Amino acid sequence: MTEDVKKESESKEFEPKIVGFLCKWCSSTAADLAGTTRIQYPPNIRVIRLMCSGSVDSVYLIKALMEGADGVLVAGCHPGDCHYVEGNYKARRRATLLKDILKTLGLESERVWIRWIGADEGRKFAETVKEMTEELKKLGPNPMKNYWNI
Amino acid sequence: MEKDEYDLTRNITNFLKEMMVKDCVDLILVPQKLPVGEGVVQSLVADEGKLENADPLAFVMPVNSGTIISDMTKVTPSKKKIAALLKSCEIRALIELVKLKQVLLDNIIIIGIDCPGTYSMNDYRSMIEEGKSPMSEFLKNIKEGKDDEKMRIACKVCEYPIPENADIIIGIYGSNLKNPIIMAKSETGKEILKKMGIDSQDETKERKEQINTLTKRRLDSWNTLLSETQKEVTGIENLLKFLAPCINCHNCMDVCPVCYCRECFFESPTFEYESEKYLSWAERKGLVKMPRDTLLFHLTRMNHMATSCVGCGMCEQACPSKIELLKLYKSVGHNAQKVFDYVPGRSLDEELPLITFREDELEPK
Repeated sequence: MTEDVKKESESKEFEPKIVGFLCKWCSSTAADLAGTTRIQYPPNIRVIRLMCSGSVDSVYLIKALMEGADGVLVAGCHPGDCHYVEGNYKARRRATLLKDILKTLGLESERVWIRWIGADEGRKFAETVKEMTEELKKLGPNPMKNYWNI
Repeated sequence: MEKDEYDLTRNITNFLKEMMVKDCVDLILVPQKLPVGEGVVQSLVADEGKLENADPLAFVMPVNSGTIISDMTKVTPSKKKIAALLKSCEIRALIELVKLKQVLLDNIIIIGIDCPGTYSMNDYRSMIEEGKSPMSEFLKNIKEGKDDEKMRIACKVCEYPIPENADIIIGIYGSNLKNPIIMAKSETGKEILKKMGIDSQDETKERKEQINTLTKRRLDSWNTLLSETQKEVTGIENLLKFLAPCINCHNCMDVCPVCYCRECFFESPTFEYESEKYLSWAERKGLVKMPRDTLLFHLTRMNHMATSCVGCGMCEQACPSKIELLKLYKSVGHNAQKVFDYVPGRSLDEELPLITFREDELEPK
């Protein structure tokens, strides 16, 4: 059994790790807002801030999943609000493609989430992290971390 | 090339030669038998006298010629008229490359040829060494209405044996297997045939029937392979088993016509790490596979090219570990293309799925 998995099975409850790819203009502003307005949300997310959800290549999402993340979240501005006009629409297509490929290969596409969280939606950010944490707890640890031969 | 069985080859070659003689085109891109060794390669012919070893039917495919035309035209368009003799999967790859802005089609005349299928480079060479003629096998199989078991799997499950989006089509199905059926399929094609004094032939009933039977057989084979593959590679354990022989050579990416990046991300400095990185990976899981990132490479490659995969199977032919990559990539491509209702190579007017979008679609829940 690997270190990660051993640690998880020894602890009382499995705490999923989420890697969040948040756009600078909306979703990461929402995350800041959640913090400054002291909205409580699970500490399971690790945030990577990017200029746009459209700049996330699938390679980074796959890499995160292979390196032991239990879920990845891509969050950007609502449709029509993208600072770069259409980045979020392209992110949506890419996420759809990634999820479809994972589905074809039986690799738990439920671990990939894409959500629109506006700059004023601190509460939605907190709720999304909470919801995702709960769903991943139901799903259990990402089996990819059991394999060193990946 | 004396025997009657080469009448078809000779007649197609004469047609190509006539295109040059009548000044319809300046150069021809056509497969050619190598002067030494038993190989066939693509060749760009500028002198009509140099067509005697042309092998237009070429039962082997060393390269998807979409790549060749991209190499020739991605920097500047051709100033002279080039007739490119291409199989269906090559035309489809070419169309994807145009959309990916890797080909300038100016002065390129597409001559599509019916493709009964090809052998792998290794099988082709073995056949020649054993004294078998790929041409006789082909004539025998086409008359009996079956596919040679030894054909590449990509060809056995190819649902597009007949070229589309060509200026002129050289039809073999429905012909007497001596004289090809020549059909103009665009204004350019019509002009060329007119200048050559050849009447464009019509699709005959016999040709349509033969094509229907062939396409149905191929589609059945593909559906069987698709469902087998989906069972075989489902789940992380099965996928790792399937890719276990991979040596990270990236040949599949190098030969893929639609993997067009001039520098692959996987060969960029992003994947050059400090030694501390390796140590920390090893320490985290107790051990780490070297070289790393085998599955990451394949999964990412799929995300980059699946929507444009034309199923030519060059990846599988180039794999030194003989991984059956065609069925993996084609299955993933098949499903991905369905999601976006996109058929690679179908039309120049359809936008690539990943560069376009609709405002009201695919809304996350």
